[in-house]
Amino acid sequence: MAFEESIIQLKGMGKEFKTANGPVVALDNINLDIYRGEIFGIIGLSGAGKSTLVRCINMLEVPTSGQVIFEGQNLAAMSPAGQRKARQSMGMIFQQFNLLAQRNVLRNVCFPMEIAGTHTKAEAKERAMELLQLVGLEDRAKAYPAQLSGGQKQRVAIARAIATNPKVLLCDEATSALDPNTTKQILQLLKQINQDFGITVIVITHEMAVIEAICDRVAIIDHSQIAEVGKVADIFSEPKSKIGRQLILGDAVNNVKFDLARKFRITFDGRESMEPVLANMILASKVPVNILYASTRDIGGTAVGQMIVQFPEDEADAMRALNYLKSVKIPFEEVTGDDV
Amino acid sequence: MFSPQIMELIQNGIGETLYMVFISTAVSYLIGIPLGIILVVTDKDGIRPVPVLPQVLGILINLLRSIPFLILLIMMMPVTRKIVGTSLGWKAVVPPLVAAAAPYIARMVESSFKEIDAGVIEAAKSMGASTWQIVWKVLLPESRPSLLVGAAISTTTILGYSAMAGAVGGGGLGGIAINYGYYRYETDMMFLTVAILVIIVQIVQEVGMRLSRSSDKRIR
Ligand SMILES: Nc1ncnc2c1ncn2[C@@H]1O[C@H](COP(=O)(O)OP(=O)(O)O)[C@@H](O)[C@H]1O
Ligand SMILES: [Mg+2]
Repeated sequence: MAFEESIIQLKGMGKEFKTANGPVVALDNINLDIYRGEIFGIIGLSGAGKSTLVRCINMLEVPTSGQVIFEGQNLAAMSPAGQRKARQSMGMIFQQFNLLAQRNVLRNVCFPMEIAGTHTKAEAKERAMELLQLVGLEDRAKAYPAQLSGGQKQRVAIARAIATNPKVLLCDEATSALDPNTTKQILQLLKQINQDFGITVIVITHEMAVIEAICDRVAIIDHSQIAEVGKVADIFSEPKSKIGRQLILGDAVNNVKFDLARKFRITFDGRESMEPVLANMILASKVPVNILYASTRDIGGTAVGQMIVQFPEDEADAMRALNYLKSVKIPFEEVTGDDV
Repeated sequence: MFSPQIMELIQNGIGETLYMVFISTAVSYLIGIPLGIILVVTDKDGIRPVPVLPQVLGILINLLRSIPFLILLIMMMPVTRKIVGTSLGWKAVVPPLVAAAAPYIARMVESSFKEIDAGVIEAAKSMGASTWQIVWKVLLPESRPSLLVGAAISTTTILGYSAMAGAVGGGGLGGIAINYGYYRYETDMMFLTVAILVIIVQIVQEVGMRLSRSSDKRIR
């Protein structure tokens, strides 16, 4: 699938909050093109500016610089009424679901149709029932939000968000309050809605797994700026930014330096099998290992031979790994220079 | 124990008290709810911030609330006479009761609205809801249970004020308690009227709490 036509363009967008402790820059020179029909992910650590970014897309937050172009129109230049109208073409779901607690499920789904005034009461009810069917909750129409599980609440929120046939669905950490299984189901539902109705979906998350599961493209945001943008497959196979490597490969790999690290010779004398020893050492000490040289043979399930490894430069890390080796009584000695 | 005349007097007193409390509460809510809405909506973190207005309103409300009720009652007498034509009897208590209760109710309503999760209001905004739609379809219905609790508390407070008004010729049960219990040393009468006031407060409070609980859909 190729997406070509832009539905949302962010041009040099910035957002600065004025606070008691001076200005806080939440977004800085954001340039993004989001294509019609795609599932676009935005990932970043907590506080990176993700929520502010989506809230600028539907003008819940007014950018302090740059432009938000939705279907060719500059949202900031619109009248408040025009902006409200535009928002009706952009559904939104939230981490905390944000359902109306005093309305039952059916009336929650009717809510945006009441706001938009697009349907008569009877029509709204009928459409709401269809939507509840779509999200698999037609039998809970009369229930109140307090009687639903997190996953069910998010389904209601999704039904509500697409009730007025929006062109875009904004999802701010929509699965972050859900368990892994429910997360999978909600993500599948979002994918289905994207495919069946052609709704452009923008997914905000701090979890790589969410991006991996459903997104076509992803932008990585770090400290208020876009670090990189691209197809998910490309970014996953070769993250170019530091934050990208950190998010994708995890903390350990990124921060560790081996250049000046000490080298150790580990000797396997046949009492232990090599692989569990190394795997257990890494798990127990949380220290990555660089294997420089190995000459071992597996004899009847146990290892015989030697191996030269490097631990990270950080002394404490190295000590933890060595302590583990001591505790399982694997002999080791430090080697220096090129004495390999 | 009590003569039929006394019983009739008490009956009338109950009637007057209920009447003035009901009318004062109703009028106070007619003023207090819009004030509460304005306070919340125009707040700097509100749906539609307006500079200065909420602060000025807040100061006025605090000012009215800081005047002791008896003083307010006396201070307002000329105004009261203009509005209801007399400065005696239960009718004359209604204007000062409203002046004391409306700002109190505005604060109650304000705090009920502030209990609503900001996320829910944000969701309504994201659907393109106007300020009025948010007030009608989110603030008021979502705070219904809290508003009902507030109404019970406000009504009982107004009842307390109304009894105080008896001291300056305000009629009702408070008037009976003062006239018979205080001026004529008929302590029986005083205890009886106080007991009736206590019962009315209990009933109003209990009914309010029950209505609130039974209307609250957050309870499974
Ligand atoms: N209303 C606000 N007032 C002041 N600062 C804010 C406000 N909203 C967000 N921020 C700040 O902007 C930055 C980005 O926040 P946010 O967009 O919520 O990040 P994320 O969703 O990625 O965790 C943070 O430093 C946050 O403290
Ligand atoms: Mg966020």
